[in-house]
Amino acid sequence: MDYATLLQILDSTIRLATPLLLACLAGLYSERSGIFDIGLEGKMLMAAMCTGAVAALTGSVWLGLLAGIAGAVIFAAIHGVASITFRGNQLISGVALNFVASGITVLIAQSLFHQGGRTPPLSGGARFNPITLPFAESLSGVPIIGPLYSEVLSGHGALVYIALLAVPATWWVLYRTRFGLRLRAVGENPASVDTAGISVVRLRYAAVVITGILCGLAGAYMAAGLQAGFGKEMTAGRGYIALAALIFAKWRPWYALMATMLFGFFQALALRPDVIKKTVGFDVPVPALDALPYILTVIVLAGFVGRAIPPRAGGEPYVKER
Amino acid sequence: MKGEIASGRQVTAAPYAIELRGISKAFGSVQANKDISIQVAKGTIHGIIGENGAGKSTLMSILYGFYKADAGEILINGHPTAIPDSQAAIRAGIGMVFQHFKLVQNFSVLENVILGAEDGALLRPSLAKARKVLAELAEEYELDVHPDAVIEELSVGHQQRVEILKALYRHADILILDEPTGVLTPAEADHLFRILRNLKEQGKTVILITHKLREIMEITDTVSVMRRGEMTATVRTAETSPEQLAELMVGRKVLLHVPKGEAKPGRTVLEIKGLRVRDGDKIERLKGIDLTIRAGEILGIAGVAGNGQTELLEVLGGIARGTGTILLNGDSLDLTGKFSDGQSRRRRGISHVPEDRQRLGMIMDFTAWENIAFGYHNDPAYQKNALLMDNGAILEDARGKMERFDVRPPIPSLQAKSFSGGNQQKIILAREIERNPDLLLVGQPTRGVDIGAIEFIHKRIVELRDAGKAVLLVSVELDEIMSLSDRIAVMFDGHLMGTGPAASATQVGLGCLMAGLGGADTRAMAGWDISSDAHEERQATGMRA
Repeated sequence: MDYATLLQILDSTIRLATPLLLACLAGLYSERSGIFDIGLEGKMLMAAMCTGAVAALTGSVWLGLLAGIAGAVIFAAIHGVASITFRGNQLISGVALNFVASGITVLIAQSLFHQGGRTPPLSGGARFNPITLPFAESLSGVPIIGPLYSEVLSGHGALVYIALLAVPATWWVLYRTRFGLRLRAVGENPASVDTAGISVVRLRYAAVVITGILCGLAGAYMAAGLQAGFGKEMTAGRGYIALAALIFAKWRPWYALMATMLFGFFQALALRPDVIKKTVGFDVPVPALDALPYILTVIVLAGFVGRAIPPRAGGEPYVKER
Repeated sequence: MKGEIASGRQVTAAPYAIELRGISKAFGSVQANKDISIQVAKGTIHGIIGENGAGKSTLMSILYGFYKADAGEILINGHPTAIPDSQAAIRAGIGMVFQHFKLVQNFSVLENVILGAEDGALLRPSLAKARKVLAELAEEYELDVHPDAVIEELSVGHQQRVEILKALYRHADILILDEPTGVLTPAEADHLFRILRNLKEQGKTVILITHKLREIMEITDTVSVMRRGEMTATVRTAETSPEQLAELMVGRKVLLHVPKGEAKPGRTVLEIKGLRVRDGDKIERLKGIDLTIRAGEILGIAGVAGNGQTELLEVLGGIARGTGTILLNGDSLDLTGKFSDGQSRRRRGISHVPEDRQRLGMIMDFTAWENIAFGYHNDPAYQKNALLMDNGAILEDARGKMERFDVRPPIPSLQAKSFSGGNQQKIILAREIERNPDLLLVGQPTRGVDIGAIEFIHKRIVELRDAGKAVLLVSVELDEIMSLSDRIAVMFDGHLMGTGPAASATQVGLGCLMAGLGGADTRAMAGWDISSDAHEERQATGMRA
């Protein structure tokens, strides 16, 4: 594999890892507060459809982004009501919302555009256009580092950079702010928060809404960045891969970046059968390559990461004891 | 550390730190608190004592804003104060140390202390301030804990100090402690009492909720007794006696000390040699135990919970497996093979009253008569024919057992969970004792059991001994071990630290052994065989001290 090919693969790694990273961070907020969220997938799908539809109707990707966030936040709020207010089973609520999203997105897209459940192709201002980072042109001549900067890092849509910035931001919020301290505490032992006189319910709702916003970004990037428009089931299990990455990352932001980059890298490899053939020396069937990220997920979940201890109060509704 | 509470600083004729007037609270048809009034003077330690379900915890939950009282008034330093939530209680200067600590296990001490009492949106300044305040508090009250230690690495005693620090950091002037010594070693409990006395000297008010009469007598200035939701008496501790308090709690005269005659030990019933047991995580819990129990004696195992007592009971009862030799009446017991299960143990004449009665002793959703048949359901007397069980016979048998063991109500068809803790325990004891075992294993016989029932349970255990049977008693209540046993063995970290006659055992000596220490206090106990594992001096054991 030559350097140019590697750069291409790394470039698409970043593209493919971005929705995973956003969804993974989304899950991090929710699960750190003690609310398991298997519904990342559904929220991303909902956001992708909202973004695709509104961007197509208005021609503005930013209005589309807002719509996407709104769509995901509504789903997040429903999950919150079910699991925080009514203390329902969080897994069942998440799975149910995934099913609802899978159906309702196609239904709305079909009734709006009559294009077989897709939204119309987006172009121009209705998509996230590449941003060229400063000095990309002038630095491209520098050996090795230059192309890495100008070809891999530069030239992505705004959400890619937002996702990358969200990693240090999340770390800072989690470990340096009052909100982060309380968030971590409520996922570990809600009684400690409650007896300190802080509302467990409000904290958890705040976390769930942040999850919705980040899922909204992830879905919007799917529809208007990675691809040009919404299509049926276009998230293709990315919400679940993000959950696997979250476990892989042991619920920590920097690890989440590394985990999602790894998954993104495998997805990027799967798109380049020619490179694989050259490297391993024989034809690997394309379906096997497509399965690669998912196989990695299974391996990760089977416990190859060592002991990943989830937030202790995760999945359990908080009931004040007598 | 003077409080910044706006209320309660005026100087009238020394108002009470806390005064409750006519507090009532009902849950459905159950009246948990009935017209309760207490006055607690500032700078005193006030005890609240009562049986389980007497309403102590409900009353404290009302004070801490967990529940709203149906009627009544709370006065803090003479001012009527509404306490709708915990935040209001904290503002009013009330701090609470719960029986089950409310700490975040993977947070540091500092993080736990500032949680909910941060000074701003960023943590750094709060953490720096807390570090300083904690150092001052440690100095002032003997409350030292390393501020950067992670909670899950601390001993229970230290975790409790963190809870007290949390309250003091929030400027608490009134500290409520709910059953604080249940999980502590005697030495840790002594340290806690020193801390409480220091707090009192600094003008703080302490309310101690407990069911241990000895603690009330040792540390409180005044004591209130609760029974069935009502405050039956408030007296000066110096003017009362444990017997009087027990009578006030139960409503009748109670014998606090088990009347028992001399033990007449006979032949050796159980002989344990080099017993080792590993738990599910492959950690060795019993590290070579040698022990004998003779017919007609009660051997008590003292120790802080989690030092191997559970494993000893489980391997004898056929629940856990181990290595080594156990001889029952001279024949060896199967420790790993086909006959190492509970059923085989029962056939050999070992009965087991497990420590965790709700998990191992009964099925809570099943009826009392079904629970009485469990473990002995293959008894020919319970079978109608080869296929069917004779439910009528079981029911009849259960009714007899429940009557003889004074289970209330004596109705075999009630679900196990509808009986009180004491009556559940009596059901299990009836099942096990009436099988007339050679060896009775009893774990925590009176945990969560009311004083009245404790008296009964102890009497039956002594009767079994007098009938020439061997009894192995495991309890974390040192008082129970000392008053019931004929001989005592002390366990620490999977080893026996010492064995000897109960008559010469002292509270201090046993306490040392329970902490793994030897020393003069243990040598002073006549007839005791002290293990060489017991260290002479307290070693530098770091944070786990």
